[in-house]
Amino acid sequence: MNRRSYSVSDNGIRPIDIVKKNLAGRRRAERRFRRMGLAAIIASLIFLALLFVSIIGNGYSALFQTYIKIDIFFDPGKIAKNDPSNGDYQGIVKASLRTMFPDVKGRSEKRSLNKLVSSGAAFQLRKMVLADPTLIGQKRSIWVPADDDVDMLMKGHLSRQGDTRSGRFSDKQLQWLDRLEAEERVRKKINITFFTAGDSREPELAGVWGAVAGSFFTLLVTLMLSFPIGVAAAVYLEEFAPKNRWTDLIEVNINNLAAVPSIVFGLLGLAVFLNFFGLPRSAPLVGGLVLTLMTLPTIIIAGRAAVQAVPPSIRDAALGVGASKMQTIMHHVLPLAMPGMLTGAIIGMARALGETAPLLMIGMVAFIVDIPGGFTDPATVLPVQVYLWADSPERAFVERTSAATLVLLIFLFAMNGLAVYLRKRFERRW
Amino acid sequence: MISSTTVLFVLLLITVTAYYIGLRRSLAVAGGQEHVRKLHSRPPYYGAMTALWCGIPALIIFFFWQVFEADIITNLVVSGLPDNIRDLPADQINLIVNDIRNMAAGNIVSTQAGQVIQDAATHYDQLQKTSHGALAVVVVCVCILGLVIVRQKISKSTRARNQVERIILWLLIACSTIAIFTTVGIVLSVLYEAIRFFKAVSVTEFLFGLSWSPQIAIRSDQVGSSGAFGAVPVFTGTLLISAIAMAVAVPIGLMSAIYMSEYANKTFRAAAKPLMEILAGIPTVVYGFFAALVVAPVIRDTGQWIGLDVSSESALAAGLVMGIMIIPFVSSLSDDMINAVPQELRDGAYGLGATKSETIKQVVLPAALPGIVGSILLAISRAIGETMIVVMAAGLTANLTLNPLKTVTTVTVQIVTLLVGDQEFDSPKTLAAFALGLLLFLVTLCLNIIALIVVRKYREQYE
Repeated sequence: MNRRSYSVSDNGIRPIDIVKKNLAGRRRAERRFRRMGLAAIIASLIFLALLFVSIIGNGYSALFQTYIKIDIFFDPGKIAKNDPSNGDYQGIVKASLRTMFPDVKGRSEKRSLNKLVSSGAAFQLRKMVLADPTLIGQKRSIWVPADDDVDMLMKGHLSRQGDTRSGRFSDKQLQWLDRLEAEERVRKKINITFFTAGDSREPELAGVWGAVAGSFFTLLVTLMLSFPIGVAAAVYLEEFAPKNRWTDLIEVNINNLAAVPSIVFGLLGLAVFLNFFGLPRSAPLVGGLVLTLMTLPTIIIAGRAAVQAVPPSIRDAALGVGASKMQTIMHHVLPLAMPGMLTGAIIGMARALGETAPLLMIGMVAFIVDIPGGFTDPATVLPVQVYLWADSPERAFVERTSAATLVLLIFLFAMNGLAVYLRKRFERRW
Repeated sequence: MISSTTVLFVLLLITVTAYYIGLRRSLAVAGGQEHVRKLHSRPPYYGAMTALWCGIPALIIFFFWQVFEADIITNLVVSGLPDNIRDLPADQINLIVNDIRNMAAGNIVSTQAGQVIQDAATHYDQLQKTSHGALAVVVVCVCILGLVIVRQKISKSTRARNQVERIILWLLIACSTIAIFTTVGIVLSVLYEAIRFFKAVSVTEFLFGLSWSPQIAIRSDQVGSSGAFGAVPVFTGTLLISAIAMAVAVPIGLMSAIYMSEYANKTFRAAAKPLMEILAGIPTVVYGFFAALVVAPVIRDTGQWIGLDVSSESALAAGLVMGIMIIPFVSSLSDDMINAVPQELRDGAYGLGATKSETIKQVVLPAALPGIVGSILLAISRAIGETMIVVMAAGLTANLTLNPLKTVTTVTVQIVTLLVGDQEFDSPKTLAAFALGLLLFLVTLCLNIIALIVVRKYREQYE
């Protein structure tokens, strides 16, 4: 056969010429495609960076709070010595402010003067007097939290002039603040309230501790229920279940539940736990139950993978020396699968910690000031707290929302980090 | 009053004691540690058997008691009320019962409490105390009874291990059926309320009506007393936002999956993959906050700058951020699918002289297409069911529009707004949320099942 007929077509162009002619274009297409892939990854990383920068940038200033030093006279006329818990502490704060600014006249001016200091100042004084009743009748200089608008002004989030839209500060108020600053009576301190207090309508008094406690109780219920149940289900499905319709049904159900929108679990909780069983609204117990149902599929799927990863030789060896099937599983398979199951459980818990929508349905959105102390106390959780604060109109809540988000993210990173560590530490190749 | 926690704690204590009693008993029956071989099972099994028979029946009783206690006490209290109150319509009795309960719990009561209600509250409180006391006694008795009987029965030939293993097996089976009960629970609870809704509003009006304003007036003679429950604007809103999200997530997610699995070297992958996973682990409420705080204002200002009228709760902002949320979901699933394509296919294409991108576009992607379609379907179902982002960044008004710069609302937003806060549980307004929930569940169920079947078929193809 003539070799030429393969390499040269009828009009005399060899295929290699066609290939060569197109080669530059093909290489360009190759580079273009590759760059598109890289761009996609970079785009998502930029989104990630943007998210963190905006949240950290907005949130870090919530770690500080502006305090004002005022000279308080614990007037015995306003606090009865025998009953200090019912004193007129608000009045004391007002009187003290007035003695510091004697030139303030008129009702509206007095009111705008009082507005510089947070309403929490009175509670602070009350606490001090209750702790030490000998304060009554004495004069002290005390740092009290400033009002949230003053705080925002000091942090530069509100402008002094030109903010005609809100018109928050009168010229008088600005003068007073300047005088206080000149006397070194205004200072930013670490905001401990944010980490120790419950929710409040006043941004300067609001904290995340109530939500953290609520999240803790909710997750405790979730963990105590979903981990044992998930492990048991995974063991049954992997080791005991016969291959029949029934187990197929269970499998399809589990896979499907893993993809059901979380809000539907909230509807289930509302209809079944609250309306049918009559469990209390807003309780971590109910939240935990709903999140248990939601995280179970995740834990079961992870648990099954962990049981599958244990090699059959282990089972054969145990059965060979006369262990029963249950003994084989309980004494050998389960301990070896445990790290994988724990990792799955932690990841499931991390998901549960960030979950908001189903908890809205069962009333964990209530405004709750008290720190929950048990499983049936009304409570809210961290992500719901973020949601609630994000809805608040006060400017000062923006930074607090961001800071609460940061707290939430730190917990999530810690949990995921633990899961990664466990996986690395106990990972076994058979 | 004895709290349930205390009862459970006592129960736990007795059960632990039962374990040791059973253990000791078995050793005694055998005649000492050195004769253990004479027993049918090893001693811990006798302990476990005693503990199980001691704890499980008591726990079951405890559970059912807790479930039915409130109803029984309420019925008793209601039957103790004077005739003139008992003859009232059911919903009024419910109100009174509520007052009684609140009062018994020591809360503030909405209406001025009459003497009758106060008496009933005391009655309720007493009954509750009696019930709790009785529960504690019964549970502890059952516990000890189980302990004594089993302890008596322990002999050398008792097949303790077999019993324990059978009980454990049943427990395992019970745990694995919870998934089925959950699904059944979801379907029943949502369906039940949805059917009640469809008694008030016809199915066709709900599915095809063009106006959605679920306001119900307090008085029936008020203007606009019946709301409009046409869900089409809500559906289009959901679809619009999901479509925007997919338009962001699918190209970016797919391209990053291709780059990760085909181009990236090991170090790049090791660095970039965990970062992408962080994106997947961020709670949706954080995305929602980000959308409302950063993205929506930026989009609005840009729109104003180029002279467009952009709503501050535009569908674009919510969809964009939702897309970012779904990127890692699409990319990790597609990554799996691309990796499942056998190397031989690629080698074949390279052998024919194809470049890498040609191989990917003409061989790998077509081969992985069913799997990728499956993962995109899963992503769509996620976008439709996503709640927090749209609650925080999308609006409440149901506009029938496809303009991404306008405010639209979604199914999940409507469910949340209808159910959060105080509502009466029987109004069509509340029930509408369940009808929407039913629809949401059905749509996502279909998408999931199709996706799971497609993905499974695809996996089997290359195994």
